Amino acid sequence: MTVTATQATPGHVPSGQTQPGGGAVHARRWRRVAPYLQAAPLAVTLILFLLIPILTILVVSFWDYDSVRVIPDFVLTNYAELLTSPVTWKTYLNTVKFAALTWAITLVIGFAVAYFLAFHIRSTSWQMVLFLVCTIPFWTSNIIRMISWIPFLGRNGLLNSTLIAAGVIDQPLEFLLFSDFSVVLAYVHLNALFMVVPIFNSMMRIDRALVEAARDAGAAGWQVVWNVILPLSKPGIAIGSIFVVTLVMGDFITVRLMSGGQSASIGLMIANEISLLQYPAAAANAVILLAVVLLMVAAMLRVVDIRKEL
Amino acid sequence: MSDAKRGLSFYLLAGFFGLFVLFLYGPTITILVLSFQGPEGGLTFPMNGVSTHWFRNLFEQQAVGDFGGSFRRSIALALVVMMATVLFSLLAGFAFRRRFRGSDALFYLAVASLIVPSILVSLGIGLLFNILGLEPTWYGSALGAHLTWTLPFGLLIVFAIFNRFNPAYEEAARDLGASPWQTVRHVVLPILLPSLIGVGMSGFTLSYDEFARTLMTAGSFNTLPLEIYGMTTNVTTPVLYALGSLTTLFSFTMIGLCLLAVVGLRRRRLRQSLRAA
Repeated sequence: MTVTATQATPGHVPSGQTQPGGGAVHARRWRRVAPYLQAAPLAVTLILFLLIPILTILVVSFWDYDSVRVIPDFVLTNYAELLTSPVTWKTYLNTVKFAALTWAITLVIGFAVAYFLAFHIRSTSWQMVLFLVCTIPFWTSNIIRMISWIPFLGRNGLLNSTLIAAGVIDQPLEFLLFSDFSVVLAYVHLNALFMVVPIFNSMMRIDRALVEAARDAGAAGWQVVWNVILPLSKPGIAIGSIFVVTLVMGDFITVRLMSGGQSASIGLMIANEISLLQYPAAAANAVILLAVVLLMVAAMLRVVDIRKEL
Repeated sequence: MSDAKRGLSFYLLAGFFGLFVLFLYGPTITILVLSFQGPEGGLTFPMNGVSTHWFRNLFEQQAVGDFGGSFRRSIALALVVMMATVLFSLLAGFAFRRRFRGSDALFYLAVASLIVPSILVSLGIGLLFNILGLEPTWYGSALGAHLTWTLPFGLLIVFAIFNRFNPAYEEAARDLGASPWQTVRHVVLPILLPSLIGVGMSGFTLSYDEFARTLMTAGSFNTLPLEIYGMTTNVTTPVLYALGSLTTLFSFTMIGLCLLAVVGLRRRRLRQSLRAA
């Protein structure tokens, strides 16, 4: 960038002067190629480490394998075995259930928290501080945040011993840890922020005069929320939903750690196939998962044009 | 909503917000406390005395894998990812200010990078290296895998910055005779600097904590999240919490430093503009 930019102004053209002809041609040529050079590092990285790997998965999904090696071939058995197995369908159902539950809960939390921050906190500095308080845990390790629930939810955990001491229950609640409950809890814990931030962002752009107008026209508090703020927050809700749904659909580590091996997800199924070195099977599974996720995202994108929301 | 008097809804929502914050931080505080468990203590309450036994245990090599090495690798990787994320997404941000052929495709590729499940990136890169006969390494394949996660975030932040950026500053610089490079160097970059620190921080922390994309791409040496994950299956002592507390503390320190840098820059700029006025 430095090199070409200095080329554009040969010999330090003094301020205000028109550049000599050659310089102008250089400058024009530079302006034409500049975007390509500037975008190149991003494009090359994404092509090498995203596009080609995914094409590799697609190719390998048609390969054959036995217990010791992977054989380049063109067979449909990986897909046939996958799609005819009831385990696959049950696992998809389970994954979609996790995604739907997590989506619904994070949506309620995200909307309430963003609404509180955007419309009830009046000082901008407090808004920033409270927003940061919500954001900071996101920048710490997911695995550690999952493990942190163990002393809290375990059989002899904080919650059970508190409830027993308070006389609410006699026996420790078993469903708290290593269950679907703890999986969804961890999903909400890890992903709620992805809902809060875009909804907050949308709400901060709502013209406050609209809210005033609704109130002057006689709308009650909940009517303002339902008829004015909610529709105008839709882009944020859509972006948050895309994040939450795709993260849960592709997850395997949360299910593995928090269900204690009791539950399954598509991601975990792929991870298990990888650890058994059944790469073509894992690849076919991954292709189907990608197709499902992309369909879900396409459906959600009908609500919002993300390019307009940046 | 903008009444002087706080309504009932304010207190209800404030209560809800408080619970949400407790939900976010409670578990972390629990393991922070438990990492000071006495030498005889277990993974849950009650505390069996108070000690720093488990922190010392962490630094004894034989006790818990290769904690030191994986920590160093994770930091080195995160630093490289951070620098590449800032540079690449800033450059791309400049590119996207004009339309160029393929800009839409590149934009959707970047968005796809966020949407594609991490395990696919991991599997794809692992398979690709396998087929090409390349050895996956944490500084090669894992670096690329991490960038597919940090670059789209960086790009989105840079987009947001440029959308709020007032081009009048650039025009003024140009009118005063600055070359394109001088405009970028002395006008655009100083204005963007605080936000670029944010991009850098997101690149660093996302990479430092990344697990799924490292799984099949790190090769024979573990990064810290892989090491921690290994510990969850075979370590049943509070040493796990000690490690968790330390890395969380480390993340908090990095975030704190970045926030301080941003606040410091803002202050300096305010002082300068006051002096100029």
